Amino acid sequence: MSEHIGEIRILPAGDTALVLEFGREISDELNARVKGAYGYLKQNPVKGITELVPTFRSLLVCYDPKEIGFNALCDTLTRTDFSPKTAGSAAARVVRIPVAYGGEFGEDLPQVSAHTGLTEKEIIELHSGRKYLIYMLGFLPGFPYLGGMDKRLITPRLKNPRTKIPEGSVGIGGEQTGIYPLASPGGWQLIGRTPIKPYDPNRKNPFLYNAGDYIVFDPIDMTEYARIQKEVERGSYVCREEVV
Amino acid sequence: MGIRITNVGPVTTIQDAGRRGYMAFGFQASGAMDKKAYEVANILVGNAGGESAIEMTLIGLSGEFTSDAVIAVTGADVSPELNGVSIPRYRAVAVKKGDVLSCGFAQSGCRAYLAVHGGFFLKKVMDSYSTNVKCGIGGYLGRPLKKEDLLYFNTVSPKVAGLEKRGIEPPKIESCAVVRAVLGPQDDYFTEKGIRTFFSSEYKLTNESDRMGIKLDGAEIESKNGSDIISDGIPFGGIQIPASGKPIVMAADRQTVGGYAKIATVISSDMAKLAQLKAGDTVRFKEISVADAQDVYLKEMKEIDELDKKLNGKQYKIGEAIKKIWKK
Repeated sequence: MSEHIGEIRILPAGDTALVLEFGREISDELNARVKGAYGYLKQNPVKGITELVPTFRSLLVCYDPKEIGFNALCDTLTRTDFSPKTAGSAAARVVRIPVAYGGEFGEDLPQVSAHTGLTEKEIIELHSGRKYLIYMLGFLPGFPYLGGMDKRLITPRLKNPRTKIPEGSVGIGGEQTGIYPLASPGGWQLIGRTPIKPYDPNRKNPFLYNAGDYIVFDPIDMTEYARIQKEVERGSYVCREEVV
Repeated sequence: MGIRITNVGPVTTIQDAGRRGYMAFGFQASGAMDKKAYEVANILVGNAGGESAIEMTLIGLSGEFTSDAVIAVTGADVSPELNGVSIPRYRAVAVKKGDVLSCGFAQSGCRAYLAVHGGFFLKKVMDSYSTNVKCGIGGYLGRPLKKEDLLYFNTVSPKVAGLEKRGIEPPKIESCAVVRAVLGPQDDYFTEKGIRTFFSSEYKLTNESDRMGIKLDGAEIESKNGSDIISDGIPFGGIQIPASGKPIVMAADRQTVGGYAKIATVISSDMAKLAQLKAGDTVRFKEISVADAQDVYLKEMKEIDELDKKLNGKQYKIGEAIKKIWKK
């Protein structure tokens, strides 16, 4: 299915939702357009829209037909210029996630090393210190679908997924990398763990990052891990972030 | 004071209209599966919209009241009894401290709701009372209710006027439902034959159905080139067709995004019918246009608003007032 990149399709999704489809592939360009529309509609709310769910390449728009009907909403959305420039979406943030690589926290690091032919040190260097774009959040609360992993790190998922991956685990699954914000079953190769909580329902802002932001992994040692973990428990840890 | 649970089924949780505004972060919407039954229960006992209620699945709960209350049971027919005497469903009932409520196995339907005047004394998590069991948050300690749990009420001496008027005829619950669905968002992934199969076959509810998704068994739906898509947002009622070709209707605890094409979306009004089906019950899908579906939605909202207005007007909407006092 080839779609013109500038073309947006509006697809009905029942009586209380529709999908703004920007395309059917994964690309930074498409995702930027999704992010533009998401940011624009957040800053310029349309009466009746109740929920927005940005994904790699589309935006699910939930709405209340009591406030706005399908045709009226389509008209409004069609008339809106969603190009990232016009949309003037909020500046993206770079959120820095400290990660203790290897050892008991990254028990699949040797396997990733065997598969990629890279040393553990090289893997850590390639994985950390670079910006990953958050295409979308899903699967688990705060689970980021990240773009931009170095192709040399690509490693297939485990043949037998683990029944429980600990909260904070950082892993590689095929071409993707990410963080498990909650303990969960999963098949990714675990290479490290972060002591911070990407999702915490008791925090004023339960989520550290949003779709369209960037993540950078910063390698830390076990002493640092323990220190940050204590701060997180006390509620005094402030995640480092920059605006780009 | 409130109610001490003495018997409860395994899937009994506190729910409300749902957790709104967090799907973009990958957070499930949750909320009552049968929103109509949930709302009516609250209206009957004089609560404002969005109040907490208990959702029971297949097995009704039993418990002893530790204070006076006004309650209503709606949804599935769990044969509620008070001190061993049958009480009507879909009707507000005044109970006294020491009274014992006992509900049984659902005779018809799957999910029943218990609302109390003033609501349960609980704290909202991320703007909602709904229990999200996967994340362990919301509702009562973030988990399903258990025997010996003690749930407090916001109101201890309820005064609800016109109790005799606070009832409606219980709606008929079908075990062979016809639910209306709007084609899309990804109907173009399926062949004409596949779409015909979808709208002309009878599907059976499997016992793998839960609050996340209602898994159906029946004729396989033919896709053009497989039904994998690049993940897309999933609305309440979205009908995914995985590689097996058998539909899954995504429900309240669905994940926010998913990689299977959605052939159609069940309209919100008919999700209530699906929520009342048990394993082995059957369902047929009937196509409806968005415009007609929205007419159905508006008509139903109007009915609910009218019932609310008739019974509650303004003076009985005490839920919000209590919360304001509590916040102070």
